[in-house]
Amino acid sequence: MPEQHPPKHAAEGPGAADKHDGTASHASLAEEETAAVVSVDTAGGAMEPSAVPATAQSGKLPGGPDTLLRRIFTGSGMVSVLAVLLALVIGGLLIASTDKQVATTSSYFFARPTDFFTAVWNAATRSYIALFQGSVFNPRGNGVAAQFAPFMETLTIATPLITAGLGVALAFRAGLFNIGAQGQIIVAGILAAWVGFALHLPMGLHLLLVLIAGIVGGALWGGLVGLLKARTGAHEVILTIMFNYIALYFLRYLLNTPAFQRPGESNPISPILDPSAVYPQILGTQYRLHLGFILAIGATLLVWWILNRSTVGFEFRAVGANPKAAQTAGINVPRATILVMALAGALAGMSGVAQVAGTEKVLTDGVAATYGFDAITVALLGRSTPWGTFAAGLLFGAFRAGAVQMQIQTGTPIDIVLVVQSLIVLFIAAPPLVRAVFGLNPRRRKPARTAKSKQAATTGGAA
Amino acid sequence: MKLELRGITKRFGTLLANDHIDVVVEPGQIHCLLGENGAGKSTLMNVLYGLYEPSDGEILLDDKPVTFRGPGDAMAAGIGMVHQHFMLVPVFTVAENVALGAEPTKAAGFLDLDQTRRRIREISDQYGFDVDPDALVEDLPVGVQQRVEIIKALVRNAKVLILDEPTAVLTPQETDELLDIMRQLKSGGTSIVFISHKLREVKEVSDTITVIRRGKVVGTADPAASTTELASMMVGRAVSLNLDKAPAQPRETTFEVRDLTVIAANGQHVVDHLSFQIRRGEILAVAGVQGNGQTELTEAILGLQDRVTGSIVLDGKELLGRPVKEVLEAGVGFVPEDRKVDGLVGTFSVAENLILDLYDKPPFAKGISMSPAKVMENATARIGEFDVRTPSAAAAAGTLSGGNQQKLVMARELSRPLRLFIASQPTRGVDVGSIEFLHRRIVAERDQGTPVMIISTELDEVMELADRIAVLYKGKLVGTVPAGTSRDVLGLMMAGIPPEEHAPTPQAGSNPAPATNAEGADHA
Repeated sequence: MPEQHPPKHAAEGPGAADKHDGTASHASLAEEETAAVVSVDTAGGAMEPSAVPATAQSGKLPGGPDTLLRRIFTGSGMVSVLAVLLALVIGGLLIASTDKQVATTSSYFFARPTDFFTAVWNAATRSYIALFQGSVFNPRGNGVAAQFAPFMETLTIATPLITAGLGVALAFRAGLFNIGAQGQIIVAGILAAWVGFALHLPMGLHLLLVLIAGIVGGALWGGLVGLLKARTGAHEVILTIMFNYIALYFLRYLLNTPAFQRPGESNPISPILDPSAVYPQILGTQYRLHLGFILAIGATLLVWWILNRSTVGFEFRAVGANPKAAQTAGINVPRATILVMALAGALAGMSGVAQVAGTEKVLTDGVAATYGFDAITVALLGRSTPWGTFAAGLLFGAFRAGAVQMQIQTGTPIDIVLVVQSLIVLFIAAPPLVRAVFGLNPRRRKPARTAKSKQAATTGGAA
Repeated sequence: MKLELRGITKRFGTLLANDHIDVVVEPGQIHCLLGENGAGKSTLMNVLYGLYEPSDGEILLDDKPVTFRGPGDAMAAGIGMVHQHFMLVPVFTVAENVALGAEPTKAAGFLDLDQTRRRIREISDQYGFDVDPDALVEDLPVGVQQRVEIIKALVRNAKVLILDEPTAVLTPQETDELLDIMRQLKSGGTSIVFISHKLREVKEVSDTITVIRRGKVVGTADPAASTTELASMMVGRAVSLNLDKAPAQPRETTFEVRDLTVIAANGQHVVDHLSFQIRRGEILAVAGVQGNGQTELTEAILGLQDRVTGSIVLDGKELLGRPVKEVLEAGVGFVPEDRKVDGLVGTFSVAENLILDLYDKPPFAKGISMSPAKVMENATARIGEFDVRTPSAAAAAGTLSGGNQQKLVMARELSRPLRLFIASQPTRGVDVGSIEFLHRRIVAERDQGTPVMIISTELDEVMELADRIAVLYKGKLVGTVPAGTSRDVLGLMMAGIPPEEHAPTPQAGSNPAPATNAEGADHA
């Protein structure tokens, strides 16, 4: 037998704490919320192993992996709603600040302040009304169909956001931060488009194959990340980010090969998909709304069922909330990791199909637009719940759909919508800030100022 | 300094955690707050320490009312607290940790750690702490880390020291050392509020005992009172501290570990050529100081360890090398030593935790479709059977008290037919009332004919439950001895001295053939 090393501290427990960085930080809830104010800017850092708090026995503390990131993703829906409200208000102020009328009235602010405030109010509401008209209901439309056209456009744009958002949300419930929806959409798009324009099959069968090709493509691209993580321990954030690049440049390469180019053209654009390979427009040809939206509703239902009613979802949630306990209970953590990433990829793949077979009908290198990244925001806003993500997808769809109309009607730049979206993320990442703005915070001690009360903050974790 | 809590009331929503609590801590006294987990002791101390604002009532120091808006105020007023889970930065040295929060500075704001080091040495010498100011906290054993916490309080001139369940994380030896330190601090004039539910310690050091039950003071007790008396007061009903279990009726051997070796990531043989057997209907207690291979032994049996050689046979089937799921399916019930890390998913509901390793078995699932109704049904039954105190089956398991979490894990593991039951530290951090209950359930499982393996670092528990006792030291089996072996012999064995090397113990009357080495005893 090999030489023996009489262990001095034989049983520190082999890496109980180190395996899952996320399990590190625990303090009481109240304290964590206080901490969140301080450490918002380190949200990214919460994923690093550095998060060893001022507790001596990091692995032994209660609660499971409750990192900042986790809290941000699965906090209360109330904060989501309030964050949207707050972002809209600030967005309104920004709109007003660029408004000519506001500028004029501010020059005689002290003489007639009411003019100024009226101008601010008008500028903001005018833009938002235009946004609403561009995304939900336009009373000036010619007939009922035209009046509701904006809403149909919202649903169309929301479709890829919803399915990709579901992919991010599902992975997150299993404790994985899937940044790779973008790449998964692209790979799905490549496969779906190729089946769509290169094969010529009968109606029905063709579309089905397009859909399957896309879903399989996304699932492979996501599942590969899961496989690498499960087998080698590589971090999924790094992997997915890199896989996004690989997918994008692979697509650009393909679009420069004869197999993907339109015959006789050298532009990086694929042939148009066969009519038998595209989603039917479900409410007639006057709207772009296609079958993909129905599938997105189906996907939402499916994800809900997986998470809440299936053994697979039970495994995902257990692995996400406490991988150690899941492992001890006999759950195969590597398998769950691979499976959830494949499912997340499949969902993002549906977005890829919705793009090539629904709205674009061709493959370009802009096939994924920014849907894969917006999907992260959508999942965040939806608190990683299926229906929350669905609702958030609709909201972001409305923003995108209405932004154009807003610019045309009021001259407010489209970019303001991006600002509002970013503000939403910012506020969601800082729940105590949002609650403070709305006066919902529980009584809080005076903030630390002296050394003595700094000590208070450090020891507060015992509460 | 005299500390008085007068009519302290603390409400959390509808929950009354403290109900008009009156406590007076006289100067230079060790005042024990005795109560079950969840009785409101910690809440009371957090009120005292300024972490919670009391809903009602007042705190008086030397008969003057004071208000604390945070721990800073409490500390300035001379109150120090050592939390159950230490508040230390592992990568800092002792001196840096002690200075943290009240850093002494030289001119131009430079850190003056020398001053802190000096203070630490003074205090360390005065009380015999034996703490090196320049050691890294992460390198220190738990017992020494606790002393660092005490030093932190003393450096800030604490006149009243609150120790919240200080012995929960200590080995028996460390506990004795801590009790000595407490006595010294007391003779130095420091008042100590000692929170505990361990009766032996409480009786040993306390001057006054206040018993708290369900947020109310139910009375004061004399440290001379019997443990049974104290336990009954604490639990609110008569408690029998003696298990009075029937003698084991061992049947055939169905579980055997042969030449088991577990190699840790750093190459150490944390379990070293270990062999033992357990027969149906008997309890083998594995004793030993924390960290002598117990954790790895249980993990190896369950299939959680990677580098394992040897053989683990249950009912004639080899378990080694099988995934956890198959081991569980072979009929192994497993209660891990740290319920919060390995036993429960804190954010899951009680009902979900009750099926954590049964979620894909009928009746809870058909194929991959789960039946929430069956899950709830099961939860209601188990909660009743094991008296798990929870607001509802849908409550998050993480919100339950330690004792109830442990009952939850135990209920889950005992709710299916078992061929082997392994419980690691089955009653750690659990109150007296629940300990009695859990012990009875373990014995009941034995009497159904299940081989039972208990891993415990608490000698009391080992002696209470065991039919045979195996002692581990540095991953090796020091020996297997019959139940009834004296504490002294076991203590020596836990230090690695095999039983045949001791002088024959006088009370060995109940000891047939002072066993033995691994193989010898097991084949007997």
